[in-house]
Amino acid sequence: MSHDAARCIERGGVGWPPRLEDLARPPERVWLRGAVDPAHPAVAVVGARRCSEVAIRVTEWLTRTLGAAGVQVISGLALGIDGAAHRGALAGGGSSVAVLGCGVDVCYPRQHRPLRDALLARGSVLTEEPPGQQPQPWLFPKRNRLIAALCVAVVVVEASERSGALSTARHAADLGREVLAVPGTISSEITLGSNRLIQDGATPILEAADVFAAVPALAGRALPAGVPGSTTRPPRPAPTTAAGRVLDLAAGGAVHPDELALRLALDPARLARLITELELGGHLVSTASGRVQAVTASWSGR
Amino acid sequence: MFAMAVGCALRGVAGVPVTVEADLANGLPNFTVVGLTDRAIQEARERVRAAISNAGFEFPQRRLTINLAPAELPKEGTAFDLPIALAVLGSCGKQLDMRGTAAVGELALDASVRAVVGVLPMARALRAAGTRRLLVPEVNAAEAMLVEGLEVVGVPSLPACVGHLDGSRPLRTALVAAAPPPASVREADLADVRGQPFAKRALEIAAAGGHNLLMVGPPGSGKTMLAQALVSVLPDLEVDDALEVAAVYSLRGALRERPATCARPPFRAPHHSISRAGLVGGGSGLAQPGELSLAHRGMLFLDELCEFPRSLLESLRQPLEERSITIVRSRGSVVLPADFALVAAANPCPCGYLEDSRRACTCGPRELAVYQARLSGPLRDRIDLVVPVPRQQYAQLFATGAPEEHSAQVRDRVSAARERQRARNRGALNAALEGNRLVDGCHPEAGATALLATAGERLALSARAYHRVLRVARTLADLEGSERVGQGHVGEALRYRGEEAA
Repeated sequence: MSHDAARCIERGGVGWPPRLEDLARPPERVWLRGAVDPAHPAVAVVGARRCSEVAIRVTEWLTRTLGAAGVQVISGLALGIDGAAHRGALAGGGSSVAVLGCGVDVCYPRQHRPLRDALLARGSVLTEEPPGQQPQPWLFPKRNRLIAALCVAVVVVEASERSGALSTARHAADLGREVLAVPGTISSEITLGSNRLIQDGATPILEAADVFAAVPALAGRALPAGVPGSTTRPPRPAPTTAAGRVLDLAAGGAVHPDELALRLALDPARLARLITELELGGHLVSTASGRVQAVTASWSGR
Repeated sequence: MFAMAVGCALRGVAGVPVTVEADLANGLPNFTVVGLTDRAIQEARERVRAAISNAGFEFPQRRLTINLAPAELPKEGTAFDLPIALAVLGSCGKQLDMRGTAAVGELALDASVRAVVGVLPMARALRAAGTRRLLVPEVNAAEAMLVEGLEVVGVPSLPACVGHLDGSRPLRTALVAAAPPPASVREADLADVRGQPFAKRALEIAAAGGHNLLMVGPPGSGKTMLAQALVSVLPDLEVDDALEVAAVYSLRGALRERPATCARPPFRAPHHSISRAGLVGGGSGLAQPGELSLAHRGMLFLDELCEFPRSLLESLRQPLEERSITIVRSRGSVVLPADFALVAAANPCPCGYLEDSRRACTCGPRELAVYQARLSGPLRDRIDLVVPVPRQQYAQLFATGAPEEHSAQVRDRVSAARERQRARNRGALNAALEGNRLVDGCHPEAGATALLATAGERLALSARAYHRVLRVARTLADLEGSERVGQGHVGEALRYRGEEAA
C-alpha cells in the first residue's frame, strides 16, 4: 500500500470500513492515506483541545497501553488530548487513525504536521471530505460521527461541557459503542463534561485494565505486562519526611513551589532538589505555569 | 602657509585620531573643508569664521583649505570646530604650541566653546595614540580626566584656548578631583521584595553565573521589581569595565543620566514599542549605540517579551552570542559593545491568567499554542534560567515573617562565586561556557551524572537543554564553593529548565 497516495474508497468497495455501515446515513466515499487499514478493532480516545498537563500524561499513558496491546487508537488530530492520543499509540508500538474535518491533503492544525507524517508512516489518515477541503467549523461534528462509527469504544479523557468530544460520545452511545470517561476533579470546568458522562452512565476509568474489562470486543486481548517506555516507580516517601509533606501539600491540586517553601519553611535550594527527585520518581508533575501536582501511579504514566 | 592640529573622529565607540591640516594660499578668498565630511563639518566653516572674528583675530582673506586626515575615514559631528579654528590661526602665523596636543569642541559664534558627545572615547583613543595634552570644552573635562596619563585642559572659549597655547595666559590644568565619590544610582533592594523565594533564588543564580533569565507570571506579580532587584545584587564594575560603559554613555551624550564615575552596572528597560535603531543602534550616518550597548556590562530588561516584534528579538541573537553588535552601512561597519545579561518577563499566556487561582484564562488553544511558540526558538536557547513568578497573595505581602535578605548580603555571595568562576574559566562566567569547556569545568560527581542521565531520558531533555542545566548546576556549585558539581546541584538546576514547547 502506498504511503503518500490518497485512495478514494467508494461505499461498499474494497477496503470500505464495515463499521461505517452502522451509521444511519453513511458517507458515499472516504479518502484514506497511510499504511494501516482502518478496519481493525479500534478504540477512540478523544478530549478537549484545551486541557491540563496531567490529562496529556493520562492520555499518553492510556494510549501507550492500548497501542502495546495491539489496539488501534482513533482520534481527531486536534491539539490537546487528540494529539496526545496519537502520540501515545505510536509510542506504544501500535497504530493510530486520525479522522479529519478537512481534506486528506490538508494538515490541520499545522503544528501537528510532524505527528501527521508519523501517522502516515505507521497509521493512517481518513476523511469523508474531498481533497483540498479546508477545515470548517461545521465539518467537525460530521467528523465526530465518523470517529464514533469506526471504533468499538470511545474514551473521553478531559472535556468541558461545550467540548466536541461530547458529541463524539453522544454519537457513540447512539451507535451502541461503549462510552468510557476518565473522571476529573469536580471543581474544574474543563473536566465537567467528562464527569457528566460518568453521571449519565459512562464507565469511569481508573486504570488501563478498566478499558479492557469494559469493552467486550477487547476482552480476549492480554493487557501488556509492562507499559513500554515506563519504569517502576520508587515507593512513595513516608509522610513524615520533607518529601512526603511536599506530596501531601501537592495532592489537592497544582500548587506553586513558592507556597510550598512558605508552608514547609524550606529554602528554595533544598525544595528544588526534593521536587526534582519526586518529579523524576513519577510522584509529581509540573504544569504549564510552573506549579506542581502530586499524581497517582497510573496518572504519572508509570 | 601650512599648519596642523589634532582632533578626533568616532567610529562606533572607538575614537580615531584625525589630523586637521590647514593650508593658506594666494588666490581669491575661499574656505573649503575636505576629507569625507558630513554636513555638520561643512557648516563648521561658518562657525569657525564667526568665532575667529568675534574672538578678535583676523580671518584670512585668502584661499584657505582644510583637510581632515585620514581622508578616507568618514567623519561627522561638531567636535572638529576647535581644531579647525586652531589650524586656521596657525596657518595665519599665530605661534601656538601644539606639540603632543589635541583639541575637541564645538564653537559658538561668540567664540565660546560648547560641549560635544563622545569625549571619553576620544580621550582614550588620543591617549593611546600618544597625545599628552587634550583641550576639551569645560563641561567635558570631568569625563576626559577619567583617562590616566592625560593632561586635560577645560577651555571656556577660543581666545582663552589661544592664550593657553601661545603661553600668554595659561589656563589651569583641570585637576583630578580628589577621588570623586563613586556616584550612586537608586536601586531596588532585594529585601523590598516580599516572599517569592524561588524567584529570588533565580536572581542570585543569574547574577552569579551571568545567566540570562526568563520570568513567567501573571500581570502584577512583581516581575519588574524583581528585575530591578537583580541589578542590585550584581557586584560593582571593574575600573576598565566602568570606563567602557561610560564611553558608550558619553557617545550618546547621556552622562547626565549616568555619571561617568558610576561603578554600578547599568540597567536598561526599553519598552516593546522601541524602534530597531533604538534597540540595536544605528541612525543616520555612522551608528549611534542603542539600548543593547547602553546595557553593556549590565542588564537589559525586556518586559512583556512576547510583545516585542519578532524581528527585534531576532536581532538579540548576535549580541547574546558574540557580546557585541556589528552594524554594517554602505560607508563602513562599526562594532558596538553589547555584553549584557538579559532578563525577560512574559505572561504565561496572552491574557496572562493561565492556571490563575482567581481569574479564569480566556485564551483559546490555538492562541496559546502560537504564544508558547513565540517563547521558544533561538532566543530561548540562550536563556539558561526560567522561573515562574506567581501572583502575590495579599496575606504574603504584609506578613511579618522572617526578615528578608538584603541585596548586599546576596551580592557578597555573588562576588565570591564570580571570583571562583574567573579563576577556573580564565576570566569567563559560566553562562559563556559551551561544549567541552563546560563539561570539563564541571567535574560532575557520579550521582550528578546519573541524575542527568535519568532526567535526560524521563524529561526528554534536548542537547541544548542539557547544557543549560549543566551551566546552571556549575553556578550552583560555585555559589556553594564546591569544586565539583554534585547531584544536588543538578537536581536544583533542573527546576529552572523551563518547559520547552513541543
